[in-house]
Amino acid sequence: MENIRTTKGAIRPPQPPGPLKWVRDNLFNNWYNTLLTVVLVPTVLFVLVQSILWVFTKADWRPIIENPMLFAVGQYPRDQLWRVAIGLSGIMFLMGASWGKWGGLLRTISLSFAIVFAFLALLPVQLETLDTDLRIYLGSTVLLIFIGAWLGRLKAVKKAYILIGWAIMPIISIIFLIGFEGVEKIPEVSTTFWGGLLVTFLLSAGGILASFPIGLALALGRRSSLPVVKGFSIAFIETVRGVPLVTILFMFSIILVLLLPADSSLDRLFRAWMAVTFFSAAYTAENIRGGLQAVPIGQIEAAKAVGMNAFQTMLFIVMPQALRAVLPTIVGQFISLFKDTTLVVIVGINDLLGIGRSVINMEPAFLQLDLEVYMFIAAVYWVFSYFMSRASARLETTMGTRTTL
Amino acid sequence: MRKSIALLTLLVAFSLLLAACGAAEETAAPAEATEAMEMTEEPGETEGPAPAAQGGGILDKVKSSGKLICGGRTDLAGFGMLDADGNNEGFDVDLCRAVAAAVLGDPTAIELVPLTAADRGPVLQTAEVDMLSRNVTWTASREAQWGNFTTTMFFDGQGFMITKDSGITSTDEFDGATVCVTSGTTTEQNLSDFFRQNGMSYEAVIFEDTSAVYAAYEEGRCDVTTSDKSQLASVRSGFADPDAHIILDITISKEPLTPVVPHGDDTWYDTVNIVMFALINAEELGVTQDNVEAMKTSDNIKVLRLLGQEGDWGYSDLGLDADALARAIAAVGNYGEIYDRYMGPNGKSFTLPRGPNNLWTNGGLIYAPPVK
Amino acid sequence: MASTQTPLVQKSSIPFYRDERILKIIAQVVSTVVIGGFIFLAVINFRNAANARGLTLTFDFLKESAGFPISNPPIDYDPTMTFGRAFFVGLVNTLLVSVTGIFAATILGTLVALARLSSNWLLSHIALSYIEFFRNIPLLVLLFIVYFVVFGNLPVVKESIVWPGPIYINKRGFYLTWPQLTESGTPFVIMLSIGFVVALVVYFLLRRRREISGQDTYYLPVSLGIVILSGLLGWVFSGGTPFQLSTPVLEGFNFSGGLRFTPEFAGMLLALSTYTAAFIAEVVRAGIQAVDRGQLEAARAVGLTTMQVLSLIIMPQALRIIIPPMISQYLNLTKNSSLALAIGFQEVFSVGKIVINQAGRAVPVFGLIMLTYLVLSLLTSMVLNLFNRRIQLVTR
Repeated sequence: MENIRTTKGAIRPPQPPGPLKWVRDNLFNNWYNTLLTVVLVPTVLFVLVQSILWVFTKADWRPIIENPMLFAVGQYPRDQLWRVAIGLSGIMFLMGASWGKWGGLLRTISLSFAIVFAFLALLPVQLETLDTDLRIYLGSTVLLIFIGAWLGRLKAVKKAYILIGWAIMPIISIIFLIGFEGVEKIPEVSTTFWGGLLVTFLLSAGGILASFPIGLALALGRRSSLPVVKGFSIAFIETVRGVPLVTILFMFSIILVLLLPADSSLDRLFRAWMAVTFFSAAYTAENIRGGLQAVPIGQIEAAKAVGMNAFQTMLFIVMPQALRAVLPTIVGQFISLFKDTTLVVIVGINDLLGIGRSVINMEPAFLQLDLEVYMFIAAVYWVFSYFMSRASARLETTMGTRTTL
Repeated sequence: MRKSIALLTLLVAFSLLLAACGAAEETAAPAEATEAMEMTEEPGETEGPAPAAQGGGILDKVKSSGKLICGGRTDLAGFGMLDADGNNEGFDVDLCRAVAAAVLGDPTAIELVPLTAADRGPVLQTAEVDMLSRNVTWTASREAQWGNFTTTMFFDGQGFMITKDSGITSTDEFDGATVCVTSGTTTEQNLSDFFRQNGMSYEAVIFEDTSAVYAAYEEGRCDVTTSDKSQLASVRSGFADPDAHIILDITISKEPLTPVVPHGDDTWYDTVNIVMFALINAEELGVTQDNVEAMKTSDNIKVLRLLGQEGDWGYSDLGLDADALARAIAAVGNYGEIYDRYMGPNGKSFTLPRGPNNLWTNGGLIYAPPVK
Repeated sequence: MASTQTPLVQKSSIPFYRDERILKIIAQVVSTVVIGGFIFLAVINFRNAANARGLTLTFDFLKESAGFPISNPPIDYDPTMTFGRAFFVGLVNTLLVSVTGIFAATILGTLVALARLSSNWLLSHIALSYIEFFRNIPLLVLLFIVYFVVFGNLPVVKESIVWPGPIYINKRGFYLTWPQLTESGTPFVIMLSIGFVVALVVYFLLRRRREISGQDTYYLPVSLGIVILSGLLGWVFSGGTPFQLSTPVLEGFNFSGGLRFTPEFAGMLLALSTYTAAFIAEVVRAGIQAVDRGQLEAARAVGLTTMQVLSLIIMPQALRIIIPPMISQYLNLTKNSSLALAIGFQEVFSVGKIVINQAGRAVPVFGLIMLTYLVLSLLTSMVLNLFNRRIQLVTR
């Protein structure tokens, strides 16, 4: 219990700083901390050394090295990969531009993408699957991020341009990914062939985006004075929050189809996306409700006093404040949704984890290498989630200072 | 109360927005899907019972859309798996390719939907797939509930695999054993019946996913694992030390693995069936992927009929062309070639003696009506 | 009604479409019609589709024989029993893993939070790495790693790890020596439970009296004494041997006797509790840090010991902040237990999925699964909210 930091350190007379003092203060400041340090140091070293040894000597990364494209895009036709590439580059360019315009959170995200791409492009190991074309593409995408950042700094590039870009780009990318029936250059690619990280990102980003309007409507509905609307919103929110995501996925993937009118069909990936959206909407609604409650009543009264109607009050006074307050929570929710999309594997969609399981079954020899595959998948999720959560924490602090100003 | 009005406006606005979002996501998806979306919202318009499948239209639908939607899997060695480029391959996949080649003239025009075991029934009942080829055991209740089973293309039986270390030599010594098994399949019921019949006790460890079953077995979680023998063979070949595991001779069930089509479409059922017949007949007559063109001028009348050079094997009634079966064979080879590609002596996945899957002329069970 | 309202409207010269009262009624009607219509159409469609596909929506099949095994059922079960029983076995498993998981995660999470707040830099950063590692990987991946990698590398039965107790650890599970109730143990259990209930009542009565009178009523020792006394009485009634120690013994393929945790249960428990503990640690840390530092200094100034500071000053205040987010973590844990199907632990969702496959009744079984989770969630949050209200009142 004495572990809790007390003020003891603060009342001591200041000592000359230095590494030795730091060690004494932070590792050996009393007898039990000394004991703890003595026990922990060898343990930590042992674990670290063992893990590093495993990663670099014992583990056999063939399943991953030989199939990078499977993990990235699943079964997406290899001669159509340029469509994914263009979509990715477009998003990256916008990301860079936003970094230039707003900085902060977007800077971290853009930089981490740039670092990952640059790392892959310059990887000194000769890999058959990481050929020159791919390296050039990755390198040019890094360049694109920085060009975007430079453009974003320019005054001439207005914020609105970038926002419009964000509104249009994802839609264009998805249309591009789907393609057109009968068009020779960009033939239709059924969502059955989509997989890997592509699906993981589409589901989580698509889910969060689409859940936002529903969640907003539900949050307003829950605060409504109309009993029917309020009751419906509460019932929806509490039901969805009361059951696990797998059951909702299962409902949309199997039960919904049985209950649709005969001779109708819904795309499987689309169904999974609907499930993720519904699930996410209930949580978004609660987050937004928290934000709405945080807006002081005085603000609304003041708005009424200056003659705004209810709609204007909502749109210009309440919403901007509420949404700014909930942005960090929404990022947090995006992270958990990103991780939760692994569950789509249970309804037969080959997301990153599903591809991992297919890869394990690809060759008899790979059956032995399941640990490597799972570790790789865990690492991918970890990297993305970790950077997003760091970014969200930073967002929280900047938001905090801005609101107090 | 103006607030409520504003609220309603907002609600309507957002639902419109949402619909727009949905439409955007779906822009280029088949129009059918969007229609279905609307139907869920206004279900009153589709009253009255409808047939489970699109009556009589699957063949036309496949032809007009130019692709065959095939239910399968991507995670079972030998039967349905992926290659590094993301192409589907495997025994079950080749059967789909044969149908696609026959009907559409293009063996690559398939869209393979990966399914879980629980999905198999519903996708047939709703005709979401044109054909299911995902090692499905043909049983009476499934025939009644799911769809029409075509021709058995793989005769399998449930067996047991044990480790050599365990010292077990027969199933009589199984009392008290721990058994790893997949859930939701006939395997699980067969296992339960077997032990009950023999008055032995066992501890079941049950997984949803087949690869999990074998991973757990190999790690020593179980003494015994049970599944279709073909699967056991495939899995055993993948183990670090295959010789440390024995597949017992006993077979406790019949598992006729058969492609299935949805109920209610006879033309389509016949089409798939005849393609299967053709693959088997081709092996019987010595027609292979390589010699199919040369065989078109063969002096064997049976071969000429199979390849559509003489007579009508039914194509005019089904609305296909004479060359359809020849294309199927040219695309994937005859039955024996498909088998050997994945499970033969130099098979991609593993080696499994053909046993009951030999032609009837070689003492096996593979037999098909003549194509003429 | 209308006749009295019309002049009113005219009088104030507000057109009816701007009269709030009328608008409110219209809005009510419109919303009722829209939502009611939606539900009505959904139900109609549901019935039509079910009829068209020949889906039976009754629960009769629950009485049919299940025919499939369940691994290590916690209560009596064999394949000849009904689907209903199988479903119930799944439910018991869900409860078992959720309740133990909640306890384990709370303890672990609190420990990690305290480690995070430690003045030892190394310990505090180990705790930080723990939190950051577990919070940022998907639970499903963690489950695979724990079950197939960690447990998969345990020794085989014949080379079991033996810990004092004796506790045997191998691929087939964890075997603990455990007291088992003998035949004469029933009176002991009855007496002990009576004693427990009485002690609980006494505890609250005496505690309330202290709150009113301000005098110490020794509520803790008194109630503990009642429990011990009833236990002793029960011991005497049952003839001195209410239970026996059961030791695991190697028999044939496996160990028998003792208390056994299967790898599936243990894996589920380990993954669920380590994962949730990372979130709980953050909740607890935030709660403790939110307590004003001045409070701590003031408590020290009046001479309270560290223990007293923690139990009387910090914890009561921290709990107020901790409990609401903790409730949602507990609910998450319960819902996350549905992922157990990936590693072969058969809780309600995985049993339900098998029932769907074997009985071919997707819709009713699915309804049952949803209902089960809903009831579980609502019950949990109700109980915890009651507790929460008490805490908030006490410190007011």
